Order: sequence, then structure tokens, then C-alpha cells
Amino acid sequence: MTISASASGAAQGMTVVARTQGQMVRRRFFRHRAALIGMFAFGFVILLAFSSIGFGPIPGWWDKTYLTTGSLVNQGRPTLSVVPEFLGGEGIHLGEHPFGQDNIGIDYFALTMRGAQQSIIVAFIVAIVATSVGTLAGAFAGYFRKKTESFIMRLTDVMITIPILIIAAIVGRTFGDSGIVILAICIGLVTWPMLGRLVRGEFLSLREKEFVEAARAVGTSASRIIFRHVLPNTVGVIIVSATLAVANAVLLESALSFLGVGVQPPDVSLGQLIDTYRSAMTTRPWLFWWPGVFIIAIALSINFIGDGLRDAFDPRQTRVRA
Amino acid sequence: MIAFIVRRLVTSFFVLLAATMVIFGLTSIAGDPLADLRELPGADGERRMADRIERMHLDDPVWLRYLNWLTGLFRGYLGVNRDGQDVGVMLGDALSATLQLVLAATVLAVVIGVCVGIISALRQYSSFDYGVTLAAFVCFSLPLFWVAVMLKQYIAISFNDWLRDPAIPPTVIVVLALIAGLIWAAIAIGDRKVKLIAFGAGAAITAVILTLLSVTGWFADPGIGLIGLAILAGGTAVGLSMLISGLQYRGPLYAALAAAGLGVLLSEILTPVLADPSWAEIFGLALATVIICIALGYGLGGLLRQQAITGAVLTGLITGGLIFVDRLLQSFASYSDMVRGRPISTIGAGTPNFKGDFWQTNLDSAGHLLLPSMALVLISLATYTRYSRSSMLEVMNLDYVRTARAKGLPERTVITKHAFRNGMIPITTLMAVDFASVIGGAVVTENVFGWQGMGTLFTTGLQQVDPAPVMAFFIVSGTAIVVFNMLADIVYAYLDPRIRLS
Repeated sequence: MTISASASGAAQGMTVVARTQGQMVRRRFFRHRAALIGMFAFGFVILLAFSSIGFGPIPGWWDKTYLTTGSLVNQGRPTLSVVPEFLGGEGIHLGEHPFGQDNIGIDYFALTMRGAQQSIIVAFIVAIVATSVGTLAGAFAGYFRKKTESFIMRLTDVMITIPILIIAAIVGRTFGDSGIVILAICIGLVTWPMLGRLVRGEFLSLREKEFVEAARAVGTSASRIIFRHVLPNTVGVIIVSATLAVANAVLLESALSFLGVGVQPPDVSLGQLIDTYRSAMTTRPWLFWWPGVFIIAIALSINFIGDGLRDAFDPRQTRVRA
Repeated sequence: MIAFIVRRLVTSFFVLLAATMVIFGLTSIAGDPLADLRELPGADGERRMADRIERMHLDDPVWLRYLNWLTGLFRGYLGVNRDGQDVGVMLGDALSATLQLVLAATVLAVVIGVCVGIISALRQYSSFDYGVTLAAFVCFSLPLFWVAVMLKQYIAISFNDWLRDPAIPPTVIVVLALIAGLIWAAIAIGDRKVKLIAFGAGAAITAVILTLLSVTGWFADPGIGLIGLAILAGGTAVGLSMLISGLQYRGPLYAALAAAGLGVLLSEILTPVLADPSWAEIFGLALATVIICIALGYGLGGLLRQQAITGAVLTGLITGGLIFVDRLLQSFASYSDMVRGRPISTIGAGTPNFKGDFWQTNLDSAGHLLLPSMALVLISLATYTRYSRSSMLEVMNLDYVRTARAKGLPERTVITKHAFRNGMIPITTLMAVDFASVIGGAVVTENVFGWQGMGTLFTTGLQQVDPAPVMAFFIVSGTAIVVFNMLADIVYAYLDPRIRLS
């Protein structure tokens, strides 16, 4: 819906286009080159991870699974080649085992893809849980003030005092055996305080605004003010934090699995793969390289998306203009 | 102010108390503390199980065990682990190892991160800025443990192999020189000609230095030497005076130069003392340096006495640091022989049963600290760079900076006096927050590098469902985090009067 321009603008030969807030944000985001690249990269990783070996009952296009062992081909070296023949390489091809095989002959591409799937699922659940709990807690604390606020804020104080790795490690140790979903929900339940504080800060300043007072004056209920009037104004902060929370959750999950308290075997995740094969570093470096590369690719692309979103919602420090 | 601090202390105490309750409860229900003994057959297993139940009071409910532990804590007793070892003793050993690691990493990350962040803010939208931003994003996204294992493989093992015959191949020299040239060109301001000159000069100087180091076999028997020391100390003096007071004022410059000169001279005169000193002597020398430099600044400073004193003291301390590094490097060759030519080590916080003089012992800890702190620094470095950059950018756009420029102050004064000081206020808060993540990172790093530190105490305690060591870890890390947060708040209130007075 573009309303074209006022008469004086048209008279000077300029067209002024009115845009909604959402359109401006979208425009700024799509002009952020790094964020776009990040989005395509992340989309590609998700597509690759879920379509290659399939998910649940749906089969994928890759013919090997992460469970079947096979005979070692060429000591399990990766067959992936990206150097074209005219540059003296072997040509561009995937080969039988593009990422190589592990010591019992499992196709490492399938294994890495399975790990990537699990890591992405864990990261998203963690981010969704942490964001919802953090938003709710921050909203209530910021809107109701008084006892609600001091209770929630003391709670975040306690949780921030405990380094996240410790509490997540204890949670992972307690619930790690019961599957990744429960593990992810538990990690989400302990990583919300930072976002909660952020949302509370936004609410503290917004609740004093005139439109909130007007809503209160006509007798709007508290829940309606919170969810219909104030919350939509904090959506920028929340979306940016949620995006960055996904990236942090990928790293946290892999660190936990690396310490042996995250995702438990026989299930795999990227961090757990690195932990399993870390002694193979000298003899079979590819067992170590691929999961790491995927962790970095996922975290980096999400971080770029988050940066683009931040610039789109809060364009004060950037040159990108809508 | 005092009421503020007291209130903070009281809330912090209760926050810590609540946190201990949560952790104790979670650790106690995190598994079966007798799991390893259940496998043992017959009477022996039962006897040991009964022993452990007795020792850990497993027949009591969790809250009673917690109260037991808490009363012990207030009497200064941290309890025993499941095998009956005193946790207090275990903590003492672990603490020094981890403190070294965490402190080294934090200090390095703050200094380097803030410097890079400020330069990148002052050169906003230059290629240097884009490069730093990209590097910071990559660092944000690196899994710490992966980096640590990589460093272990490629830096430690390969570097030690390379030290047998420390010659730099010509291609490597060319590549490094080009990279250095690019960095200089990116920092330089001006048109294409200035950038080209910066690129050429940077690349050429780097190439010459690297070739010299390679040909003379410097890496096998390093050291700064008297001439190098004089150049570096003099450069520090000039650079610092440029930043603190500007070169047009002679007093502070002379004071800093005198401090540098005196330092270099004393490094020769004091050779017998420096041959095998103790830490007490080193601290004594540092104290003497500060006193002498204050006197120098006071005497030579003229009108700009205060700046002169600051400049002279900083120059003196940096010169002292350079002398310290020089001595360390000089004993590198003998140390390398003592550890059979593998000076960069990958396991533990020190070579077992190592006996050497002061310099060799310190070199030993430095060699062990190098890789773990590098891994930790890489992670927090990105945070500091990004935050100091954005904080500096925000300050540079404020009205008082425009006023300072408008009244004709030189750019140096605007940046160091008006923008820098205010821009660094948010960094104090960041340091407190980052400290928590560095401790978390230390757990991972200790795991990779096999340090017997606090992280090991914590992870083994957790695996064995043994609350005492886990709580000991938390008492230290939690208290440190609370204290750091409180200090940050107080420093913040001190630096920013708006908070104190409101």
C-alpha cells in the first residue's frame, strides 16, 4: 500500500512514498548485504541438513544413513573434491563419502548432517523457550512493578550469578538421557534472564507513555495493555535478542555436549561429534573439521542475520537508510 | 554512597545464598552417587557403599545435607569429597591455576579489545573497520573447545617442531608482509597516495624484520637486546607523550624520555640483581620505578606537571615490563633445552618437578599459559572490540564532543580527554558480565588442556554427583561474579555522577 505523495513533493519533482513501520524495517534489512548472505547461508545449511538424510519418517536424497557401518574406503578419507581439473585438481565431485568415514565405517556426511539437525532443533527450542519466558517475565516485571518486579528481578539476579555453563551442565546431566527436546526446554528455562531484563527495561519506559495512560483511562484490562499496546512496541528488541539467542544456543549446546553433559549417545550433535573424535585429530583430522565448520557456519550466519535485524530496527548507528 | 554499597552487599549476600541452595539441590539429585560402587561384587562393595553413605550423609534428606554444608561453610570448612579428601585443600591448588588463566585472559582481552575497538570506531566505515567487524563476528561464532583443540594441534605441536630449525620460508615472509601492509594501509587516513605509501612502508619493514629474525636464528635464542630495548622504550615515551599531552609541550616529553633512558641504563647496572631475583625484588623495583618517575615528572613537567607524572610513570612501568620480557626471552634457549625442545606445552599448568631459576620457572608457567589464554582471549576479545567500538561511536556523536571541537581543541584532546573517558564507562559493566563467561570458558579450556584447576574440580564433582567440590567451585566463581558486578556498579556510579546523584 503506497500512498503517493503530497502535492509540494510532487511539485518539486520528488516522489515521497509513505511506508509502514514494517515495510521500512524490511527494506532496511534487505539492504544489509551481510544479513542477506547470512540468511541464504543459514537457509542452505537447514535445507542440506534436513533434506539429505531425511527427517523422521521422510526419506532424504542421500543414500547412506548415520547408523549403518560400512567397509572403510581409502582409510576413510573424504572424497569431496572442489578443485577443478584445469587447476590440477581431481575435478568437482562428491564421491562415495564426501566427508569421509569414521573408524567403524559410518558415512561421516550422514553423521554430520544428523548432528546438524539435532543442534539446529536444540538451538531453536532453546531460543523459543528462553524468549517466551524472558518476554513474559520482563513484561510482568516492567508493567506491574512493586512486588512482582522485585521478585522477578531477584530471580534473574540469582540466575545470572550462576555461570550459565554450570546450571546448564547440571540440567544436561539430569535430563540429558531423556532426549534432546527435554534437554533443550530445560536449557531454555535457565537462559532467559538476560532477555527478561532487556524487556523489563523497555516496559519501564513505555508504561509511562501517554498511550498507555489513555488505554488505562478507558478501562482496558492489564493483560490487553501488556499484549496489545506495549508488547508490539518492544518487538524489535525481542526479535534481535531471539535471533542472537539461537546462535548462542548452538554454541552452548555444543560446549555442553563437548563436556559430556549435553546430548547423550547414541544420539549425535555437532559438539558431541567433536568430543567423540577429538583424539582422532592427528590421524583423521576431517572427523574433527566438519562438525566444527558446520557449528561456525550456523552461528556466523545467524549472528549476521541478527546484526542486520538490529540495524533494521534501530538504524541510529548505521549508514543503511531506508 | 555508603548506603548504596551496604544495600548492594546485603542483596548480594542473599542472592548468593539462594544460588547455593539451587546448585546444591540440583547437584544432589543429578544422578546416583553410588553408581561406581554398585558394580563391585560382594561384601567389599557393600562395605564401601556403607562408608560413602556415612561420609556423604546420604541417609539424610537433601535439605539437611545442605544445612550441614552451610553451617560448615560459615565456620570456614568446605567439607570433604566422596573419597574423604578435604575440599579446602583441593580448592587451594586449583584456585591458583585458574586465577592465572582467567586474569591473564581478561587483562589481555580488555587491553587489546578496547584499543582495536577505539581505532575501528575512529576509522568508521574504513576497510580496517569492516575487517575488524568481520573478525569479531567470526570470533563470536567460534566454539571455544574447537579453537582450543586447533591451537593445541597447529600452534603448539607444529610450532615446537618448527623451533628445531627456526627459519621462516620466503613465501611466508611475503604473505605476512603483505598482510601487515594491508593493515597499515587500512588504518592510514588520506587519499590513495598516502594509503599506498603506508602499504609499501608497512610491508617492507615487516619483510626486513622477519628476514633478519629468520637469518639470525632469533627464535632459537631470542632476546630484545640493549639497542632494541632503547628503541622500544624511546618509542613508548614518544607515543605516550603524544597521546597524553601532545608533542608540542616539551616538559612531559622530556620527563617520559628521561624515564625511558633511566630504565634502559638501570637494566645494565642492575644485571647482578636481575640474574635470579625473587618476586619481592621485582615488586620492589616496580615500586622504586613509580617513585622515581613521579619525581621525574614533578621536576621536568613544568606547567603540565600532572600529565608529565602520568606519562613518566606509564613509560617507566612499560620499560620495566620490556626489561622483564627481555630477561625471560634470554633464558628461553636454556629453558628449551631443559624441556627437551618443546617449550610450548599443551598439558597442565606447569612441567611436573620442574626446577630452574626465577626466569626459567616463569617461562615455564608462561609457556603453559600461552595457549589456554589465547583461546579464552579470542572469545572475549570480540565482545570488547564490538562494545568499545559502539560505545565510542555513540560518544563521538554527542553534543559535548561537538562543543569541544567547536571551541578549537585539537583532535587528540577531543578523543583522549572528552570522548575516550566517557566512552569507557559502559566497559566497566561489560567487564563484570564478561567475567562470568570467562569463568565458564575456563571450565572448557581446562578440560582441553588438562589443567588441574577449578573447572576440573567442578566437572568431576558433577560427574560423581558429589556436591562438595561443585559448591567449592561455585563459592569462588559466584562470589567473584557478585563482587565484580558490585565493583562495576560502584565504579559506574563513581565515573558517572548522574547515577550517583539521582
